[in-house]
Amino acid sequence: MNPLYDVVVVGGGNAALCAAMEARRAGASVLILEAAPRHSRGGNSRHTRNVRLVHERATDHLEGAYPEDEFWRDLIEVTGETDERLARLLIRDSAGLGAWMTANGVRWQPALAGTLQLSRTNAFFLGGGKALLNTYYDTALRLGVEVAYESEVADVVPAGEGGASVSFRRGGVSREARGRAVVVASGGFEADLDWLGEHWGAAAANFAVRGTPFNKGGPLRALLAQGAKPVADPRAFHAIAVDARGPRFDGGIVTRLDTIPFGIVVNRHAQRFADEGAGLWPKRYASWGALIAAQPDQVAYSILDAKAAEAYMPSAYPPLRAASLRDLAPALGLDPAALQATVQRYNTAIQPGTYDPARLDDCRTAGLDPPKSHWALPMTDPPFLAYPLRPGITFTYHGLAVDERARVLGQDGSPMPGLFAAGEVMAGNVLRRGYLGGVGMTIGSVFGRIAGREAAKHGLA
Amino acid sequence: MDSPEQRPAPLEVLVQEAERQLTVCNACRYCEGYCAVFPALELRRDLKQDDIIYLANLCFECRACYYACPFTPPHEFGLNIPQALAAVRRETYAAYATPRLLSRLFGGSRFLLGLTVALCILLVFGSVLLIQGSDVVFAGGAAPGSFYRVVPYTAMVIPALALSAYWLVALAAGGVRFWRGAGGTPRRLLDPSSLLRATRDAFGLAYLKGSGDGCAYPDERPAHARRWLHQLLVAGILLDLASTSVAAVYHNFFGRDAPYAYTSWPVVLGTAGGLLIVLGALGLLRLKRRADPQPADAGMLALDYAFLVLLLLTSVSGLALLVLRDTAAQGTLLTVHLGIVAALYLTLPYGKFAHVVYRYAALVRYHIEQRRALSPELDEGSKGRPAGP
Repeated sequence: MNPLYDVVVVGGGNAALCAAMEARRAGASVLILEAAPRHSRGGNSRHTRNVRLVHERATDHLEGAYPEDEFWRDLIEVTGETDERLARLLIRDSAGLGAWMTANGVRWQPALAGTLQLSRTNAFFLGGGKALLNTYYDTALRLGVEVAYESEVADVVPAGEGGASVSFRRGGVSREARGRAVVVASGGFEADLDWLGEHWGAAAANFAVRGTPFNKGGPLRALLAQGAKPVADPRAFHAIAVDARGPRFDGGIVTRLDTIPFGIVVNRHAQRFADEGAGLWPKRYASWGALIAAQPDQVAYSILDAKAAEAYMPSAYPPLRAASLRDLAPALGLDPAALQATVQRYNTAIQPGTYDPARLDDCRTAGLDPPKSHWALPMTDPPFLAYPLRPGITFTYHGLAVDERARVLGQDGSPMPGLFAAGEVMAGNVLRRGYLGGVGMTIGSVFGRIAGREAAKHGLA
Repeated sequence: MDSPEQRPAPLEVLVQEAERQLTVCNACRYCEGYCAVFPALELRRDLKQDDIIYLANLCFECRACYYACPFTPPHEFGLNIPQALAAVRRETYAAYATPRLLSRLFGGSRFLLGLTVALCILLVFGSVLLIQGSDVVFAGGAAPGSFYRVVPYTAMVIPALALSAYWLVALAAGGVRFWRGAGGTPRRLLDPSSLLRATRDAFGLAYLKGSGDGCAYPDERPAHARRWLHQLLVAGILLDLASTSVAAVYHNFFGRDAPYAYTSWPVVLGTAGGLLIVLGALGLLRLKRRADPQPADAGMLALDYAFLVLLLLTSVSGLALLVLRDTAAQGTLLTVHLGIVAALYLTLPYGKFAHVVYRYAALVRYHIEQRRALSPELDEGSKGRPAGP
């Protein structure tokens, strides 16, 4: 009945576990409230696979060196604006993170000659995010952290003396837990399609959510209602192009398609709407979620010819195939004549050049709107292949403003006593748009650890 | 008893399911650091039946991928790679060794296996009793040559050699079929460095080591138990092989007849081997009973149990013979032991033991293929991760 803990952690992903382990090590009694059942615990962290880390020299999991300034430049290039104090703190603290993760049981992917190479900027944990979380849960439980699964938090009510009362539902029964300090690490709200609908209208119904169906943003909404200061654009989310045949939720990495630069992309009316060859793919792919979200019915089709059949990563779903564009179009619900005309216009606009998928080559179109700036090869060789695409949301940016001690800030900018936030729910402080691979895990780990330590200090005081 | 709905699905159906699952894996690749299966998968785009059979036999069932996978049931992708691959492996054993009729007979049914053991014992014991008479069988005594008074040397050696030749040929035929199915030629086997690497992986149980913490057996926390118990079993079998070889040399070249003194090499090696087998088999049986059933394939598990129980019976009957060889039970125990060994040999090519051949062949192929993938001048046909813009 209303049991009292030094620290209650709301959420069960990477940031939550980092906070719980640190708080418990500092001597606090800790309860984790995870909305998901055990088999799908871990939020969006279970779909991750690497973490971006500053380092001065090569380690068993990283190559070369990745200095703070370079990390900073990489971050600013994608996000534009940020809270520089928090971003610098994030980058600086990432230096010790690899060793801390190893000490908590995380294993790194070995550098096998050839197939697998160590990266210079990102450390790949063995088996990906779910394996990492299994290790963290095991470590946390051995430390004496209590974990309650299937406990969806409905409300977080700050207490006058600090901390909060957290109400949650488990087994159909409303329950309450009191924390002298509370860490909110409950992720974004991308799985709440109604909330997305407030900003996107009917289009939201056509989005796929790449991560957990449990990120409904209940704790975030509750704290915003209690006067917490919001950060980042409520309308913004990070989305990429995913296979439209994939699951509504939780498709993770496998529905991602990287076919776009190798062909053309058309909308429902068989019209091209964006430059498929703009910029190198790893940086460019993040823009396609928003591009498709702006098309009728939020759907698009990546069309390839036989030359591109083996150019991209194998897909989870097979491509639709046909011997001609005329036969391919009906399978996609497109007008055959319109598709043929679009491809014809594209083919005739292509300028001579030397095709090179490894760099920004000179194969481009002229006099075509929109253009294809690189890797433009005529689509002539059957069979023709197609993948239906839709926007797949990875995460939302809108969240809780925090300070460098991970304290949740009120409207006036002063900290709300005993309330802390970490992970996706506060990532918007650092990342306002775009994405830098592996930085989500850096934010969750660095601010999770800070929140855990600060919460323990507050809860034990 | 096997009911019709428990009967294993035909190989093609299991291959199709494994292909469906591995296609998702090939778009994910998070598990590529765990074992040989995933790097081998990454060299392929369209998976044919032979590819699936190869990948299935490359799997050591360490189960790391199962616990790391965010797409296991109840996720709609329903991935369970250890189970899907074990099911294909189990059917490989049945489909590849000759004659297939026997492989069906010994395909993991406890009833049929028990019947085989009982019939073998009955056959040996019965024929000895009939031919030699009860005074010989129940005479006892441990003087050199006393075993051969019960079962004359030629009556023991000729069936033993015939059965050994039988399982060797049946398994070798399976191995050849496996190698050919994978598009391999005898010539491709002449790759000493790949043979060496495969041998090292096989004897070291490389893919049960995890990243030094062991494999996810019996549950998701890595542990070394399975690897160590397996090594006890292998050591036991090798010691017993050595014991038999020394005894053969003693008999044929030095005219020394069994039973041998307790301090003789055949007895010391045989006893140590028998004890290690008992320890390993009991340990593995216990571990398998405790293991998480989710990533297991019931049919494969039945083969595991069958083989372990047969090894255990062989060792226990052998050790009992050693302890009681001075008593009137000697003749009975000798014939029981020989009957169990006969059943073991008869079922060897179709059961769990077959993994020795198929997994080794798969490992050799893996190392050949990886070497070629890394040095494209050796083979233009293979391709690795596409380098896209």
